[in-house]
Amino acid sequence: MLDDLIRYLSSPANQAKVVQLLGTHLVLALLPLLMGLVVAIPLGWLAQRVRWLRAAVLGSATVVYTVPALALFVVMPSVLGTRILDAANVVVALALYTVALLLRPVVDALDAVASSVMSAATAMGYHPLRRFLAVELPMSIPLLAGGVRVASASNISLASVGALIGTGGLGQLFTEGFQSHYLAPIVVGMVLIGLLALAVDVLLVGLRRLATPWVAS
Amino acid sequence: MIEFRGVTKRFDDGTVAVDTLDLVAPEGQVTVLVGPSGCGKTTTLRMVNRMVEPTAGTVLVGGRDIRSQPPAQLRRGIGYVIQHAGLFPHRTVVDNITTVPRLAGATRRAARARAGELLDLVGLPAELGRRYPAQLSGGQQQRVGVARALAADPRVLLMDEPFSAVDPVVREDLQDQLLRLQSELGKTILFVTHDIDEAIKLGDAVAVLRSGGTLAQFDCPQRLLTQPADEFVAGFVGRDRGYRALSFVPAVGLPVHEVATVRADDGGAAGQWRLVLDPESKPLGWLAPDDPPGAPRPGGSVHRLGGPMRTALDAALSSPCGLGVVVDARGAAVGVVQAQDVLTAWCHHRSADAR
Repeated sequence: MLDDLIRYLSSPANQAKVVQLLGTHLVLALLPLLMGLVVAIPLGWLAQRVRWLRAAVLGSATVVYTVPALALFVVMPSVLGTRILDAANVVVALALYTVALLLRPVVDALDAVASSVMSAATAMGYHPLRRFLAVELPMSIPLLAGGVRVASASNISLASVGALIGTGGLGQLFTEGFQSHYLAPIVVGMVLIGLLALAVDVLLVGLRRLATPWVAS
Repeated sequence: MIEFRGVTKRFDDGTVAVDTLDLVAPEGQVTVLVGPSGCGKTTTLRMVNRMVEPTAGTVLVGGRDIRSQPPAQLRRGIGYVIQHAGLFPHRTVVDNITTVPRLAGATRRAARARAGELLDLVGLPAELGRRYPAQLSGGQQQRVGVARALAADPRVLLMDEPFSAVDPVVREDLQDQLLRLQSELGKTILFVTHDIDEAIKLGDAVAVLRSGGTLAQFDCPQRLLTQPADEFVAGFVGRDRGYRALSFVPAVGLPVHEVATVRADDGGAAGQWRLVLDPESKPLGWLAPDDPPGAPRPGGSVHRLGGPMRTALDAALSSPCGLGVVVDARGAAVGVVQAQDVLTAWCHHRSADAR
């Protein structure tokens, strides 16, 4: 087994391929994370302020998250008008999952902002939008960061399913290994996905600390 | 000046929080709104900066209808201090204080210089400016809250139970500081509290509100204590109001008696109560008639010359020998008073008042 792995990894062609797949995987996982965050924050803000919207939005989020990834990837072309093998299908689908995962943390984080702080901000003459950007959003970061970490791990794992519809990424090592009954690429893929998830998580924790110097840690 | 003209607030569920309130909070004075919970005092306060819009009536600030400006702009001209200070936890003390000037477009440099002055004004060291609110004590946070409210130098200050979440000793410090600040700054302050003692201590005028948001009495603290308008006000003003009203009666014509005094290391002539003094004549305690020199018994409160009858009477009542120590402005003992002298002086004062 170990011999297999060493032989697989010592081939320059395999090395180049693995690095390229790693790069694709990173983009397939993190681009949707960013997109999802950009959508979830304003949507969560609305849901937090409008009573009937809250239940509707949080309910739909749960439903979206229960749709299997492969099904969502396959349905995307008919919704987006993309080609069946377009990477955009995976990106948009993962962005949807991200939104679904982040909505609740956004709403919870905004709920947790102390009402005395909100009153003080209003009384000092903040317009609602500016108050959101200057007070509520920064104060939400600690709780929100937890949601972003979960979503990033989920995306890095789900992006591998994209290989089934041919979008590349480390999942391609699984399909190749499966088709050729060769275990080495599968093991390499699994280890790299794990390491990638860990590295991104460490990075996110670091970013969270930088962005929240006021939190005693 | 803040003026309420026939102001009513009825909430969507039908409850009336404030009922046709007419009230004038005079320019440059502290007006306190006090009452039990549910009397609409916070709602009344919040109608001044349009955090709550009245159902009927008009509120004027400086003679101008508050509806003539957009809310955000109006609020930048009105300082606001609340319970727990409501500081922004994600901003340093300096950035908290500079909030309103920065919103109004002041440069960072100008706003920071102003923050330095304000920290000094509320008695906090400049080093605290770099800290985050969570790194401060409750009392310090509340001081920062006051500094933040004063940052844009508003003429009007709204204070909503600002000192009720801190312990009694700190609360007293904060109250004293507010009175000191007010004597320098002369803001028009509307102050909400449920604590009648705080109202009487801080208010130039006190409005007592009853449940349902109607005004029970609006008067100076002394009249509130001596002439409550009805049973509700008398009950709310509470126990000991006769005694507490002595705070407002100057102790003029009170005889100050001589007393035997000794130095800390000296016994003096035994056989009588002796007041022990330090080298600057400040009182340290008492020696009973057969006490040897050495550890004196702790003394009671002291009455400062020119102070009110309340401190004179309390000095006498709290002394181990019934003799209240009178001190001058430097704190040096000048003599003693007896309880019955205070009562006699009070009787004179009362009959002079009645005439």
